Order: sequence, then C-alpha cells, then structure tokens
Amino acid sequence: MHQHRLGTDQRSDGRHGDDRTRRLVASVRRAVAATAAATGRAWDAFAPVASAAARTGWHGARSAGEAIAAASRAAAERLSSARKAGPPLVLVLASRNLFHDRVRLVTTVIGIVFSVILVTVQIGLFLGFERMVTTMVDHAEADLWIVPRGTRNFEDPSLLDERQRFRALSVGGVAAVAPLVLGFAEWRRPDGGSTPVFVVGSDPRGGGLAPWNVVAGRADDLAAPFAVAVDRSYADRLGVRGVGDAGEIRDQKARIVAVTAGIRSFTTTPYVFAGFDRARAYLGTPTDRATYFLVRLAPGADIDRVRAQIAENLADAEVLTGAAFRERSRSFWLFGTGAGAALFGGALLGIVVGTVIVAQTLYSSTKDHIAEFATLRAIGSSTRYIVEVILWQALLSALVGFALATAAGLAVVAATTDSALPVVMTPTLVLGLLVLTIAMCAVSAVAAIREVVRIDPATVLAR
Amino acid sequence: MTAPVVEGLAIEKTLGEGAGRVAALRGVSLTLTGGALTLLMGPSGSGKTTLLSILGGMLTPTRGTVRLRGETTTGAGPEALAALRRRHVGFVFQSYHLFPTLTALENVQLVLDVRGERTPEARERAAAALATVGLTHKLASFPRELSGGEQQRVAIARAVVGRPAVILADEPTASLDGDNGQAIMTVLAEIARDPERAVLVVTHDPRTLPFADRVVRIEDGRIVAEEPGPRRAASGPPTAPIDSEVRPHAS
Repeated sequence: MHQHRLGTDQRSDGRHGDDRTRRLVASVRRAVAATAAATGRAWDAFAPVASAAARTGWHGARSAGEAIAAASRAAAERLSSARKAGPPLVLVLASRNLFHDRVRLVTTVIGIVFSVILVTVQIGLFLGFERMVTTMVDHAEADLWIVPRGTRNFEDPSLLDERQRFRALSVGGVAAVAPLVLGFAEWRRPDGGSTPVFVVGSDPRGGGLAPWNVVAGRADDLAAPFAVAVDRSYADRLGVRGVGDAGEIRDQKARIVAVTAGIRSFTTTPYVFAGFDRARAYLGTPTDRATYFLVRLAPGADIDRVRAQIAENLADAEVLTGAAFRERSRSFWLFGTGAGAALFGGALLGIVVGTVIVAQTLYSSTKDHIAEFATLRAIGSSTRYIVEVILWQALLSALVGFALATAAGLAVVAATTDSALPVVMTPTLVLGLLVLTIAMCAVSAVAAIREVVRIDPATVLAR
Repeated sequence: MTAPVVEGLAIEKTLGEGAGRVAALRGVSLTLTGGALTLLMGPSGSGKTTLLSILGGMLTPTRGTVRLRGETTTGAGPEALAALRRRHVGFVFQSYHLFPTLTALENVQLVLDVRGERTPEARERAAAALATVGLTHKLASFPRELSGGEQQRVAIARAVVGRPAVILADEPTASLDGDNGQAIMTVLAEIARDPERAVLVVTHDPRTLPFADRVVRIEDGRIVAEEPGPRRAASGPPTAPIDSEVRPHAS
C-alpha cells in the first residue's frame, strides 16, 4: 500500500514548483480523471488527495497512476460506507454524550426509575383502591340503586323499608327490583376461632349481586340452605379449604358451595356471599328490611325519567345511577378519608425527587461537555440546535428510565395481584407515565439549557 | 485584486471593567482578501486572539466596524453573530476542539448539520473534505484514535467543509511537532489558493513564515508592521485550489 498521508509520511519542506513535481501532478491528475470517467463521480473526491500528496513529495510510488488508482479504490469503499444514512447527527451527539459517561448515566437512570416506580406504585395503588371500592357496584346487575338517604359508600349500610321496593315497582319502565342486604357479622371458624366478615346477600335467581369469578362450585347453589360463597384468598382466615367446608355465622351453619377468585375487600374484611333470606338471617335483619334495592329497567325505558319518578315516590331514600353510586363511594374513600391525598402526595413526591435527580445529573453532564457546547456555538450553532442536543439527552434518559421502570412496575403489579390492595397498571396509566417521564426530564433540562445558552463562544480560543 | 472577504475598520476593544479595564485593541484596521494566507504575529497579550475573535464574529468591537462578506457585525446579537459565523467563517483551534464522542466524519459533518444540511450529500461532502486532508482512511476513527496532526487535519476539514469565506486559525501548529506543523500549514496554504477564500493564521511559530502571502505584526493592540510573505514572492504552480476539488461534482 502506498503512503499518501500528508502528516508524518510527507517530505515536503514547503517548496513547490520544480519540474519533477509538476510532471508528477500532471500524471496523477490524468490517472484520476481516467479512473473517475470509468467508475463514476465518487472518484472525483480523491483527486485533491492525489494532487496534494504528489505536491508534497510522495515517495515510493513507481507509478503515480497505479498508486492513485489503488488509494482511490480503497477510499471509494470507505466513502461508500460513509454515504449510508445513519440517525440524525444531533441525536448521535446527544446519545454519545449520554452513554459516554456510564456512571452518570446509571445515576440518571436510577433517579428516573426510582421516581417513575414511586409514581407508578402510588397511582397504581390509587387505581387499585378506586377499583376495589367500587367493585360491588361494578358487578351488580342494576341500572338504578335505591339507597338510604345519606349513604356515603357501598359498605355504609342503613336499612330501607320493603315497601319502597313495591313503590319502585309501580313506576312505569321498571322491569325488576331486587333487594340486597349487607352488613358485618362474626364468622366462627371450624377450629373454634372467629373473624369478622362482610355478608352480601341477594337472591341468586332474582338478579342482584351474585358472586363472580367462581373457580369452584356454583353460584346458583347459594339457593340451597345455609349456603355461602367465599373468596379463596380468605380461606386461611376463615379456616376452610374449599367447597364442602363450613363455618358458622350468628350460630348458624355456613356451608361453602362456591369459591371465587379475586373478590377482595380493601378493608381486608372477607366478603361472604349468601342468598338474600340467608344473609338476613345471618345479619339479624328484620324480614321487611333491605339495605339497597337494585332496579333493572325495561328495554327502551328512559333512565332519567324513571329515576326521577322513583325518587318522587320515595321518602328517606335516594335513587342513584350506577355511575353516581360508584362516584360517591370513590369520593368518600379517596377524598373523605384522606387516602387519595396520601397516594397523590406520594406520587407528587416521586415526581419532585425524580426531577431533581435528573436535573442535577443533566446539569453536571452539560458542565462536563461545556467546551464542546462552546465549540458548537463557535462554529455557528444556533441556540435551538444546542437546546435540541440537551433535550435529546433528556428524552433518551427518559426512555431508558421509563422502560426499566415499566418493567419493574409490571413486576410490582404481578407481585401484588393477590394482595389486599393490588397495584393496577392500565394502558392509560402507562401512556400517562411515559408523558410524565418525558415532561419531567424536559423540565429537568432547563437548568442545563440556561447554562449552555450563556456560553461565550470566544472561550474556545482560551482553552 | 480580489474583493475583501473580511474588513475590520478602526477596531477598538476594551476588556474588563473599572480598575481592571484594558484596551486590548486600539484602532486596528485589517482587511483580508481571497486567495491569500495572512499570518498575524505578535507577542503574548498583544491582541492577536482578540482580533481574531472579533474578525470571526465571536466578539463585537467596542468601536469600529467588521464586515464579513459585506455583512456587518455591528449591533448583532448572539444569534445573529452565530448565523454570520455559520455562513462565513471556519475556525481552526490550537487544541483542535473536536468532539471526543464523534468520529472524524461526524465531527466534520457537524458543521453542515448545524446549518440544517442533513442529507446524504452532506455526509458525502464531509467525507470529501476529509479526503482533501488525506484522512479518507480515518473516517470512522474517534479523536482519541488519531494523532495530534491528524486531529488538526480533521479540524481543518471541519473548517473548510462549509465553504466559508474565511478560515481563522488560532495557533494551529502550537500543539504539533515540526513535521505535522508543516503538513498543517501546507494544507492551509492550499486552501488559501482559492481566490474566494481568505486564511488568517494567528501564530507565534516562525516555521509558519514560508507559507505566508502576507505577514501582519501586532503589538499592544496596534498593527505595527505589514509585509508580503515569502510565498507571495515564490508562488507555486498554477494548480486549482484545494477546496474546489473537494466537491464531488467538480470536474
């Protein structure tokens, strides 16, 4: 391979113009021109290499033409690969700045992951809590709920008179009204211990609120004497193993005919499903009373009109749509008790901590690369271009952190699925977290951007 | 006689404030025309670098006027000055100031990228600029993989790739050994063969003298001497300037 570098391989002492050099240059130019004509315009780019090399005293070449042809062929291959389009350079610069310092990158990513996981868990808990406090309302077969006036949530049982049910049935557009009774009771375990339970009673054949997600036995068997359904996650608490086992409530037998999965109470008190009359007996509820009445409408009935007419006929009771009852329960538990504020507070703290960590690492990264940003400015870069580099760094940090945090979040979701308060991740939450992470990182970049836009490009001359 | 590409008229520059106020330039006028390599020489603290910064649009003068290709820097804000530099000026720094995380090709391409030229042709032009300085075999090399001379050649390729009106070089040979310093000056002298382009080299290095078309001496913020350089007297063969051959479409 012939040498053609201008640096250590050249022998020029700055003198030009002798006949030998002129002949060599002419020979080189002819060779390159011939090669260019034969192989395409890319070869033109290498003519200056040849002429400059020749002018500076290239030695060792038997034939200038052959040397240039060989060098040009190799160079063309390199140029060909150089032509291949890559990612935008601003993105390349940002990613290399980011990935260049692994320690800082790890710190940044840990900050983001910590922050996003904290936010994920808090909001996931919020969603899980929200779902849990309305799960009974969600699974009831009711278009309208008749509830005692002032009811704040589903587990806030007062009693309605049975006559309210008949008044509701007299309203046009009402297809059925099912009674529901609920309340706390004491479950006596087969081994002699006891634990509080929340009894939910409705007629399994008359519509209302039957257990769902039945994994053993049949919900229809709740019509049998002393039949109850429990969730498998409470089996140990209740001292039972499955269908066929029995405990006692209020000194009355409670035989398990169905086992469900995932019907958990956020209060950790187990739900026990029973038929309406059986539940009334377990709770000691008078026979002419019920906690709620679940109204189903006839096809085509106007829900607002029916609701208004039922409400007119009732005293000391309210008529709510499912959505309104859900919202009332949710508001009570999330905001009436302060639980929601605590969860939101935790999420906010996560955002603040994450923003501070990312801002700090981005700022110090920018300080480390300040000479490069000054060079960018010196070569004429606009502020916008520099901001673009920093924002790309922030965005890349966000994406890496978000990906890891989401994976960790999914692990938390899996680990808490059967817990008293599962963490829930919905597609909307994931999308929201992505937007939040990006916004957090963009805000974090502000300090770094402020530092960079103040750079005096003339500082590069002093370095 | 070619038209001036950079004109500095009665430039004064005061640095610092209060008791620390220093007059770095005291009424300097300097015009750079295309096709010439000008050496600006002078002792430390004489105002060389300040003058280079002002002529290159990095600083604005306290008094006086600077025109780059006819566009004045007077009253221009930081963004407008950046735009002027982008359009008209190529810089070569003593410490190269290459981006350590970018390859040689990417370092050169960056100049075009900040100008919004993001096509495959821009990449091709960057590769061609590196070819002009004999670094075709180093396109994918990072600065840490290059010698000092090679890094400075990448810096020169970066300076010329945007086809600026003027190349301003601040002590380009100061960090290099004799051979590499000569090579760098050879390339700069080649660039200065283009009648459309001026090259100004701020230097202490007497070994750069043979490459000069003109030598300007500055002391205490004033130009004290100006004379033709050795290259003007013994001009080389009438070959085309180096940058005109960079272009892939050039005949």
